[in-house]
Parts: sequence; structure tokens; C-alpha cells
Amino acid sequence: MTCIEARGLRKTFGATIALDGVDLRVEEGRILGLIGPNGAGKTTALNAILGLTPYQGELKVLGHNPWTERDQLMRDVCFIADVAVLPRWLRVSHAVEFVAGVHPRFDRAKAEGFLAKTNIRQNSKVRELSKGMVTQLHLALVMAIDARLLVLDEPTIGLDILYRKQFYDSLLNDYFDRTRTIVVTTHQVEEVQHVLTDVMFINRGRIVFESSMEDFESRYLEVTVRPEQLSAARALKPIYERPTLGRSVLLFDRVDRQKLAGLGEVRTPGIADVFVAMLSNSSHGAQGATI
Amino acid sequence: MNTPSNAVPESFADSKVVTSPVLLDTRPFYWSVRRELWEYRSVYLAPLAIAGVILFGFLVVLFHLPHTMRYAMTLGAEKQRDTIAEHFNIAAALIMGTAFIVSIFYSLDTLYGERRDRSILFWKSLPVSDLTTVLAKATVPLVILPIFAFVITLATETVMLLLGSAVLAASGLSVATYWSQLQLYPTMMMLLYHLVTVHMLWYAPLYAWLLLVSAWARRAPFLWAVLPPLAVGIFERTAFHTMYFAALMHYRFSGGREAADSMQGNFPLNPGMHLTPGAFLATPGLWIGLALAAVFLFAAARVRRYREPI
Repeated sequence: MTCIEARGLRKTFGATIALDGVDLRVEEGRILGLIGPNGAGKTTALNAILGLTPYQGELKVLGHNPWTERDQLMRDVCFIADVAVLPRWLRVSHAVEFVAGVHPRFDRAKAEGFLAKTNIRQNSKVRELSKGMVTQLHLALVMAIDARLLVLDEPTIGLDILYRKQFYDSLLNDYFDRTRTIVVTTHQVEEVQHVLTDVMFINRGRIVFESSMEDFESRYLEVTVRPEQLSAARALKPIYERPTLGRSVLLFDRVDRQKLAGLGEVRTPGIADVFVAMLSNSSHGAQGATI
Repeated sequence: MNTPSNAVPESFADSKVVTSPVLLDTRPFYWSVRRELWEYRSVYLAPLAIAGVILFGFLVVLFHLPHTMRYAMTLGAEKQRDTIAEHFNIAAALIMGTAFIVSIFYSLDTLYGERRDRSILFWKSLPVSDLTTVLAKATVPLVILPIFAFVITLATETVMLLLGSAVLAASGLSVATYWSQLQLYPTMMMLLYHLVTVHMLWYAPLYAWLLLVSAWARRAPFLWAVLPPLAVGIFERTAFHTMYFAALMHYRFSGGREAADSMQGNFPLNPGMHLTPGAFLATPGLWIGLALAAVFLFAAARVRRYREPI
């Protein structure tokens, strides 16, 4: 079943085009990484999906129009926004009580179980918690909701590596069950790469690339090439080349692994490497088009 | 032939499933009100603090109470009552005034504050509609604060009455006269009437306007709430040399009592006061005000939908 379906999604802020006709389709049970530079339109796209901002074009999330039916939609959708948004005056026990009070699909015992595994005390206020603990609290609340779609917008920004790892581990182990859908944006791409089932690149309000991670991994290969083999490698038409420590790293799209093996050390590239390659190519292409 | 007979109960069952959560589920509203009281503890702490100060002050009054009673006995009936009831009236006025001030500041801050601290993103991530949220917030100045003011006044004045009675009895003065002159509980009913007619109903558009500004303003909600009406008044005065708008504002702030009871200008807690609920309900100003309040609240809910953190 389709979880998110958008056609010709547009959003402008004055003269700035945040979303420039986005077509998007996310099936249920996927973990989609939305990758893009600052100002690419990631947050705007998520805000439209969550009913936080009006838009032009067609958008259906779990069959709802998010802008006009946000409150119904939020029975099935959870989100953690880019920074800690839990109010500082809120007591931990009150936060649990409130969500239990308003959310028909919240499992209070589950949330309290998650919290018991942390150092968060029930009668603490949010202002007394560290940034990592606030995120743990928010995640405990969200994971105890039996939602069909979870949206995470830079959920681990500003957290140290231990908390970040823990965050994605508990998300995978305690939450994801292959029927739920997760959409995540993050700048720490390497940390989510192993978690994702799908990846989507967004740049200047447009989706420039989308792929399942299986395809992605079989399609792109990265080879570290010594200078003497560089011309041979270049003959195979790499899509991107960058120097590193006296050697060159070449990125190939749909080139046979056997052929590359002779040129140097072959490995699966990081999402970020492919993203950078694609972005610099597309900006060259854009310049070429204007000339 | 089977299909139509099957279709009817099915569609009936469907519509029941769809409508019942909307109509019957008041839990989001209830919890939204609770959450306001968690956030704005001054809603009950401020009137309680004032009540504490009043009771403390009354301890000083108690020293002079026998003397005051003896003096009051020499006065005429009307004066006698005013003298005896003076501290009770001041207590009621202080608690009510505190509740009113808290109402004003609460209404101006609540929808602005949730955007300032970005928590609006958390509240909007839960299945609570903007209208439910705005109505829950409007409940605080329109219902909760008047009720708190009443209950706290009732409790404070009951304690004052008991303390006063004990002191008078100890000095051999008539407690019966004290009680009959005070008429505390009839007076409390007057206070309740005043709170319902003026603070809940007549001032409703005032609070609703403040909530709307609070939902709308990107900064300085207080200035946005006060300056536009002031500007309209000044513009009218300079352009047309009239003061209809100023008169309208004055009517809104003071007009409720003129309709609600016959005692104009005095403190509304005289048991001899003549209540005119019929005249009050027949005042067009009341209904225009309530309609305006409804418009402001719907607009506030609408605006909240568009607003992002600031």
C-alpha cells in the first residue's frame, strides 16, 4: 500500500522556490532517507507531509490530505522535528500522561518501559534533562505510539555519537516491524545508510535521484586507483573522481565489478559520496545548459 | 436483491465509526486544558498567593475588630454594613482583580509562547485539532479563572468569617450581628453572578481578541493587542472629530455591569443590589460580543494552522 503519494508538489516563499514540482511515492514498510544540502527543500517537504505548511499540488498521506486533516492524520503519523521541541516546563510524567490522554494508539506501559532503561526520572522537568535525554524522552513517547508513518527530521542533530547510535539501534530493534514506514532526513548520512531501504536525493526543490538501497549498492562502486592505472580506469567512464593521499577514488555507475577489481580496491560507496558526485555533475550540467 | 438490504446496515455502521470519535471524544479537550494548567501554574498560584496575603493582612484587622464592631453599632444600617463588610469586599475585589490580570497575560502569551519555544511542533504532532487547542486555551480565562477566583474567594472569606467570629465571641460581642450584617453567602452568590455575567460572558470578546493576537503576532503581542484599537480611536478622533470607537471600547469594558445589575458605579457585592439578568440577556451588546468572540476564536484556530515556530 502507498503511504505517501505526491504529485507536482510546489511550495514557494516569496521568490524562493522551496519545492519545485516534487513527485513522490513511498510504499508502506520502507525506511526512506531523504538526503539533500541545506535549503534543498527537505524540511519543507516533510512539513507538507505532516500538514504543517500549505502547498500546491496533490498530496495524500495514508489517504488523508495533511493540510486539512492534520488531526486525523496524526493518529497514524508521528514525527520528531529537527530540534528538541518538548517544552522546557513539561514534566516527564506529564508528557507521558498527556500523550496517553490524547492519543488513542499510545501504549503507556511501553513508553514507561523505554524510559526505565534510561536515566530519565519521572518527576524531572525537560529543562533539567540533557539534550540527549530529551531526545530519548521524545523517542520513548513516539515509539510507544502504534503509528504507520514516522517522520524524523534531523532527529539526532547535536547528539554525541553514543546517543546517535543508540537512537537508530532502538529504532530498528524496538520499533521497525516492516509494516511501518519511516522517513528520515539527516546530515549524518553514513550513520543511517545501513538502516535505510530506500534513498532519495533532493536538491533545489526537486528530487534528483531515487533508488532502493539494494539497487543503489549493486549499481555504484568505488575504486581506489593508483596513478599508473588511472587512464585505464578513466576509460571505463567514472561519474566522479576525487584525489586522496596520492591516489584517486573513482566512482562508477553500472560497471562490472570484475572489470574494476583489476584496477584497485573496490568497495560500495557511501550515500554521501554518490550524492556529492551527483550534485557536482548536475551543477556542471546546469551551467552547461545556460551557456 | 440481497445487495440493498446488506448495503444499508453497512453504511450505517461506517458512518457510526466515522462520527463517534469526533462527537464523543472529549479527551483531547480535557487533556489540553490540563496541560495549560501544568504550563501556567500562575493560573491558580497567583490567586492563592493573593488569598494568602489577604489572610495575613486580616490577622492585623482582627486586633481592631472588636473596636470596629462597637463603632459600627453606632452607625445607620447602610453604613454599618459597609463598615463591617469592607475587608470582605476588598478581599473579593483583590482576588477577582488578580484573576483578571492573570487572564489578560495568559491569553496574550499562550499561543505566542508555544511558537516561541517551538513546542507547537510537538503539540501539532499529536492528534489534537487547532480548534480543540484554541478552545481549551480559551477555557482558561473564560471558565477556569472565574471559577478559581470564586472558589478561592469563598474559602478565604469563610476563614475570615470564622476568625472574625472567634475574636468577637472572645471579646463578648454579638457574633449574630456580625453574620447578619455580612450576609457572606448571599454576597457570594452576587460575586458568582458578577463573575458569570461580566467576566465570563461580557469580557469573552476581549479574551478572544487577545488569543487571536497571541496566535498571530510574530513579536510583541502586547503591542499588537493594544496599539491597533488605540490607532483606530486616534484616527477617528483626528479625522472625524468623533469618539464612537472610544465609546465602544468603554462600553465593552464597563457596559456589562450596567446591564447585569442596577447598582452602577459601586462595588457589585451589595446584598441589597437588584440583579437584572433579564435585562442583561436582552442586551444586544452581550450577543454581539459573544458572536465576535466566536469569530475571534475561529480565526485564532485558523491562524494557528498556518503558524510556524518563531
